[in-house]
Amino acid sequence: MPRTASRRRLHLAAHFPGVNNTTVWTDPRSGSQIDFASFLHLARTAERGRFDFFFLAEGLRLRELKGRVHDLDVAGRPESLTVLSALAAVTERLGLAGTVSATFNEPYELARRLATLDHLSEGRAAWNVVTTSDAFTGENFRRGGFLDRADRYTRAEEFLRLARALWDSWRPDAVAADQELGRFVRPGAVGEVRHHGRHFTVQGRFTLPRSPQGHPVIIQAGDSDEGREFAAANADVIFSRHGTLEDGRAFYADVKRRLARHGREPHELKIMPAATYALGDTDAEAAENAAEIRRLQVGPQTATAFLEQIWGRDMSAHDPEGPLPDVEPAADAGISQGRVQVADRLAVAAKWRAVAEEKRLSIRDLVIEMTGRQSFVGSPETVARRMEEFVEAEAADGFILVPHLTPGGLDPFVDRVVPILQERGVFRTEYTGTTLRDHLGLAAPRRTP
Amino acid sequence: MNDRSDTPATDHLHLAVALDGAGRHPAAWREPPARPARLFSAGYWTGLVAEAERGLLDFVTIEDALGPQAPPDRTGHVTGRLDAVLLAARLAPVTTRIGLVPTATTTHTEPFHVAIGIATLDHVSGGRAGWRPQISARAEEARHFGRRDLPDVLEPYHVADLLDEAGDAVEVARSLWDSWEDGAEIRDVATGRFLDRDRLHYADFRGRWFDVKGPSITPRPPQGQPVVALLAHAGPALELAARSADVVFVTPSDREGAAALVRQIRALPRTGEPLKIFADLVVFLGAGAAERKARLDELDGAAFEGAASDAAVFTGTPEELADLLLDWRDAGIQGFRLRPGGLPHDLKAVTRGLTSALRRRGAFRDAYEAGTLRGLLGLPRPVNRHLPVGAR
Repeated sequence: MPRTASRRRLHLAAHFPGVNNTTVWTDPRSGSQIDFASFLHLARTAERGRFDFFFLAEGLRLRELKGRVHDLDVAGRPESLTVLSALAAVTERLGLAGTVSATFNEPYELARRLATLDHLSEGRAAWNVVTTSDAFTGENFRRGGFLDRADRYTRAEEFLRLARALWDSWRPDAVAADQELGRFVRPGAVGEVRHHGRHFTVQGRFTLPRSPQGHPVIIQAGDSDEGREFAAANADVIFSRHGTLEDGRAFYADVKRRLARHGREPHELKIMPAATYALGDTDAEAAENAAEIRRLQVGPQTATAFLEQIWGRDMSAHDPEGPLPDVEPAADAGISQGRVQVADRLAVAAKWRAVAEEKRLSIRDLVIEMTGRQSFVGSPETVARRMEEFVEAEAADGFILVPHLTPGGLDPFVDRVVPILQERGVFRTEYTGTTLRDHLGLAAPRRTP
Repeated sequence: MNDRSDTPATDHLHLAVALDGAGRHPAAWREPPARPARLFSAGYWTGLVAEAERGLLDFVTIEDALGPQAPPDRTGHVTGRLDAVLLAARLAPVTTRIGLVPTATTTHTEPFHVAIGIATLDHVSGGRAGWRPQISARAEEARHFGRRDLPDVLEPYHVADLLDEAGDAVEVARSLWDSWEDGAEIRDVATGRFLDRDRLHYADFRGRWFDVKGPSITPRPPQGQPVVALLAHAGPALELAARSADVVFVTPSDREGAAALVRQIRALPRTGEPLKIFADLVVFLGAGAAERKARLDELDGAAFEGAASDAAVFTGTPEELADLLLDWRDAGIQGFRLRPGGLPHDLKAVTRGLTSALRRRGAFRDAYEAGTLRGLLGLPRPVNRHLPVGAR
């Protein structure tokens, strides 16, 4: 295929496999979720593939099902920014993105930690701003479940505004370090921040010079109307979850349209959906591999746990390899904590029953059918072509890849798909800049004095 | 990971260095070889910690606070600091043996976040993490959070409250570090269970300052319990150290003061391994140390001694310092945290001069004898609090 200047280039990020059933731990190749060697392996693989950034999710309380810690999925994770700071020592160009809650942190402290990461990585830091209002997670923190759901984004917005004021408070040339004159900072170059808002009252001076990127790259992952608006106003990257081409295009158009209202251009916000993949030498082999991975992701006990989450009641008496029993879902509240709640369980249950009956599926096969299928399945050529189609069709600006294996799950993608993307001229063959903003083609943030 | 040395060299001293800015003297940044323009870069710190590791020191501490060191009109002093826990994590992959002990404030921070940050530091360093909990008693820092009021001048009961809260924060961290038993991750394919949830435990901490449910989201750190080190100048902080810490830094002004502090600490209530007692000293070292300090004092317009320093100030040769340390050792001091007057000059004098002088006196290691910080300090890996007594 000829290379053309107009071809849209894509961005790639590597998501460290998360604490849910899509991370397969029964595979003999599955490694530690906590040893630094695992983070090092995935980060170095991503950097070898010239990825834009490495991404860590966050969950501040272990998930529970039926009032007990959920024991079927991988569990245990590091503090995001601490492990990213260590990774800064062993990578050179890769962006380092951490998910950190705007609900259970305070702006001065978090702004400082993020600026530190940006200094220590020489401009590679990113913050995925998430909100949570749940009292379950709040039980690990001073304030408990203090925040109304409706206020999640008003707090996040004010949090970010205050963080930006702190990041902007030192003039870029503030540090003189003039040994002769005895002047460490230039007079008047370190400004005082005075903020009095609905959620925060903060007054004082920041403890760090302006960081290499000015502000770390801001990522946003919420999909609600408020979340989209927040992203349109504030974010550099959206971590979205729209797996199909049609959904992706609708989301892309909606979010990019919102940018104008905030005085921003379409290219100032990159849309990067989560993407999973299964590869094979041929498309047929890839499909077989995909099915095998799905069976490992949904073991018998996990199938029962999914069913219980939708049905809202104990289903352990029913054989997961057998048919869906004639049991109605409970009408009251769900039984899981610390995971994304199913919005309308009764409707979902009805849909699941219809599919089970139509296709004559066992409980386990039903769960395999209805949850988390791979976004891209095929030979390396097929997957590369499909990804390019997504980007050409304006369904995405790139992808945040979620491997199913820790830590080696990204290796086949980097070894086999990336070279094809590079050959097709839609992905970089070398880093051309040093900061994450450079990789993403984002301008330096304007400084508000 | 049992790193307890088989033959604990009880007459060996433990040596640590406190890293902060360009050194302890307020004017230290103004003279070569200080590199003040590099203070916020990773390279500055990796150079210092590599030097400390070359000298076989037990650990470095990294100072921190939740506000600038100098008021805005003091443009002649270093101001600004990197977050110490993240800085320590940045240093972990470029070192292999030395302990990393960042300061993290307990007053305005979330105990849960601090606990998982230190646990993560222990994971990324392979068991070399410590934590120096510190209270924030400055009204200015309270205004950075806007969540509580502190007066400009504190009464003793304010400090007692802040220390009480720090004690709770340490207790929560220790409880969270033990909230996963070592074998909690079972990966049992037959039953589909990744975890044995009977080996996970809620902290269920309820206190005057905060409640924390747990368990941790981070598995038990390699050391089991990272090393907790407290700087204590007076009674209430010493009591907290005896109750909660593994190591205490004290600030005697002479040998008699050191002996008195040791007696006072040893009389305090304590369970578990004996507290390791370190003395803090500010050091200006080398043949021209006194002249160098005098020049810095003049640059700063004030003498750095007496009320200007909480710790005693030593000026002299590494040989003279070695004699002083051994004299204090005889008073019961087990280790020293040296605060270099100027970096990197006085650090190098410690790692190259002082360690040789001590070694000639049979009082310092000639190779690292353990791979974890607890191991270097001769502390065993603690048994999890949730194991039944019979299993310990």
